[in-house]
Amino acid sequence: MTRHAQLDEAAGILLAPGGLSLEDLESGLGHALGPGIDYADLYFQRSWHEGWVLEDGEVKEASYSIDGGVGVRSLAGEKTGFAYSNQITADALAETGRTAAGIVRHGSRLTAGVPVAVAPAARYAGVDPLSGLSAEEKVAMLKAADRAARAADPAVSQVSASLSGVHEVVLVRGSDGTLAADIRPLVRFNVSVIAVRDGRRERGSAGGGGRYPMSRLRDEGVAERYAKEAVRQALVNLEAVDAPAGQLPVVLAPGWPGILLHEAVGHGLEGDFNRKGSSAFAGRMGQRVAAPGVTVVDDATLADRRGSLSVDDEGTPGQATTLIEDGILTGYMQDKLNARLMGMAPTGNARRESFAHLPMPRMTNTLMLAGQDDPTDIIRSVRRGLFAVSFGGGQVDITSGKFVFSASEAYLIEDGRITAPVKGATLIGNGPEAMGRVSMIGHDMELDTGIGVCGKEGQGVPVGVGQPTLKLDELTVGGTAS
Amino acid sequence: MTQAFDAEAQQALLESRARQAVELAGKLGADACEVGASVDQGVGVSVREGEVETVELSRDQGIAVTVYVGRRKGSASSSDAGEASIRSVVEKAIAIARYTGEDPAAGLADAELMATRLPDLEVHHPWPLSTEEAIALAQACEAAGRARPGIKSSDGASLSSGEGVRVYANSHGFLGSQRGSRHSLSCMLIAEDAAGMQRDYDFTTARDPRQLLAPERVGESAAERTLRRLGARRPATGRLPVLFDPNLAAGLVGSLMGGIAGGALFRQASFLCDRLGDALFPEWFGLSERPMEVGAMASSPFDNDGVQTRDNVFIDQGRLASYMLSAYSARRLGMQTTANAGGARNLRIDAPLTPRDELLSRMGRGVVVTELMGQGVNAVTGDYSRGAAGFWVEDGEIQYPVEEFTIAGNLEAMFRGLAGIGSDTDTRGSIHTGSWLIDEMTVAGS
Repeated sequence: MTRHAQLDEAAGILLAPGGLSLEDLESGLGHALGPGIDYADLYFQRSWHEGWVLEDGEVKEASYSIDGGVGVRSLAGEKTGFAYSNQITADALAETGRTAAGIVRHGSRLTAGVPVAVAPAARYAGVDPLSGLSAEEKVAMLKAADRAARAADPAVSQVSASLSGVHEVVLVRGSDGTLAADIRPLVRFNVSVIAVRDGRRERGSAGGGGRYPMSRLRDEGVAERYAKEAVRQALVNLEAVDAPAGQLPVVLAPGWPGILLHEAVGHGLEGDFNRKGSSAFAGRMGQRVAAPGVTVVDDATLADRRGSLSVDDEGTPGQATTLIEDGILTGYMQDKLNARLMGMAPTGNARRESFAHLPMPRMTNTLMLAGQDDPTDIIRSVRRGLFAVSFGGGQVDITSGKFVFSASEAYLIEDGRITAPVKGATLIGNGPEAMGRVSMIGHDMELDTGIGVCGKEGQGVPVGVGQPTLKLDELTVGGTAS
Repeated sequence: MTQAFDAEAQQALLESRARQAVELAGKLGADACEVGASVDQGVGVSVREGEVETVELSRDQGIAVTVYVGRRKGSASSSDAGEASIRSVVEKAIAIARYTGEDPAAGLADAELMATRLPDLEVHHPWPLSTEEAIALAQACEAAGRARPGIKSSDGASLSSGEGVRVYANSHGFLGSQRGSRHSLSCMLIAEDAAGMQRDYDFTTARDPRQLLAPERVGESAAERTLRRLGARRPATGRLPVLFDPNLAAGLVGSLMGGIAGGALFRQASFLCDRLGDALFPEWFGLSERPMEVGAMASSPFDNDGVQTRDNVFIDQGRLASYMLSAYSARRLGMQTTANAGGARNLRIDAPLTPRDELLSRMGRGVVVTELMGQGVNAVTGDYSRGAAGFWVEDGEIQYPVEEFTIAGNLEAMFRGLAGIGSDTDTRGSIHTGSWLIDEMTVAGS
């Protein structure tokens, strides 16, 4: 499908039911471009979400939701006026537009730029991901995961599996002439198990997905794969001993442990925090913020990935932005508001949870590029330390730079060898400091399987991460064993 | 710029839509049906460095329908509670129920448990506030904080005010609805010294705007909380007593409630499986629920199954006296619902309270934790390991701020080791508690 065809399809889905056409957006935008307003945009969205949950061998829950509406934003300098409606009609556009424009009352009235359709490269197919599989096939996938998990080990006592998908259609009209549409599929399959042995109980989980049809999950056999992986993790945790406490060298496995980058570096490089000077990285452009060899990129252009965007929620094409190059800070992630106020260009990082939320600079897929080291040499270089393979959640205080993240699968390294599994420990550090302590970078860069959700100011958006095997010379490990 | 919100009319409309959905589900072949619907409206303003940053007007609605066809269940929802939308939601729920499996525990709560006493619990206190007034309050809050010497800049002050209606109806003929409101004011400030920047915040929130703290007090408190973090060091690694600030102690109560929630228990995903009657806390500690408290944050006469809420005692003289169950989780466990579909409403501590100074003396040497980071609580094993910031205590006195450390232990051992509860009760949320002193945890720092 060409991108113009996608624009017509989006207009048909979003505007036609309320009696609107693309031409009618001009008067809508006119209301939002009140006196003194220097930029305004209309964001139309409709999403269909489907979720299936299996427990005790049966599909116990199935749900379907339809959400949608229009969000109208009016900017004047650093001020933002915002209103939204779940009705997409001419009346709703007039009312929300006037409300948003009420942020200022005086000044000259601009006219909107002539709409020019944004024609970005497609980073995924604009399809409805829910329609490729029948309900029976979806149920069969969940049951296959249940069977595979139970067959994997007699210690498995509980299995839950879930399959979810979102079909999202968005259309943006900005007063700078932007007119863009995007059809975004997003699917995910997840397995979680409880294993019990000798009175001890542990959980293991695995999952993944991306921006493609549900049928691809089936074709790739993810049900069995994630079931076995979840069981493997639960069994490892059944053997886990108390984690050490104190400062230790830490080796991170490739892939999902990239959430370290997301927390320690990524959030601190979002444009809003740097414009306001509240980030620990503020004012450090061009300076060394990480060890030599560390190159970090936010890349929305990776095909079919969970965090990818053909266009962002302001209609700017998704792109790859180098944030740190060989340890030197080279770029921030920007939306239009913060880019304009900082005299920079938008980077396609404007994202919002829905039409009812304001866009902000957000990450897409955040990666550290591969280095030269052999992963086995990295492990071998550690006398006593921690090897972290998988993580639960993380968090950062962007002002002090302090970040934490919690291991869900980790091992001790003793005399250059991976030995006993240890219980989930929280790792804590300071972003800029930790990046300065990266001493070895593997040649085995991997992307995560597609499970990340990033929260900022109460808004959740799907993201991806990736990194090679990585050694940090010292990080605080929050276990209970001395 | 404020929008009119006629709560009474909205309530009547939503009630009729919910009834309509229940009826329609019956006509289309559902054996039983339940419907939740809500409408919320509000204004949010934020200011930074004295200037308006955002003005947001919100109006959200939603309807969620669950149908039972035999023992099969299907759910559908929409952000549009209009008539046309309701029909498609009901149809979709019934269509999807064809594909779910038989679940003997599925279905509505028993009809005789439906709430019949539905008093007004006075949780609806609208605030006729203009946008200009909202901005002025946020500005006053921020200005008071910025006026404190040492504050470098502001990350902004925000005021939000909202009200709404929620309705629950089911095919037993039960319909409950409640109007509610919530107003909040918060401020976040930044200070800096040679070691770098620090930020912290404070907030006030209430159902009745007259119960909010004065804006100036919130700003000043945010400034104090920010300034006291400057000069933070890293504590030495060791085993030490830990005092949790009241709002963080409420998080420990939350972890306990997560562990005794029916959903976690029947999935065997709790560290408190099969522990009913066991002594989990010292004998002097109790925890109960007061869902019918007038004007409180989580008050409601009916739960999310329509069941009449009641005072529950979860911890009695240190022992686990009751699980927290909905109709479904109760059936799964072969027990009776405790009217906790949707969670616990207004948790209160029943224990002797100690002045905070005395808790610090009792502690002697240890850490006070004022901030926790990350999600390091394992609900299945009770293992607890989180990032923290706070203060170092020596000889019962606060010495200096500490940061970039973790505290770790196991929730069961922490509950057993509860050594005192402060009289500094935080009443902002639905869990009211003072500080908690835990006798020993592993502190990992330098």
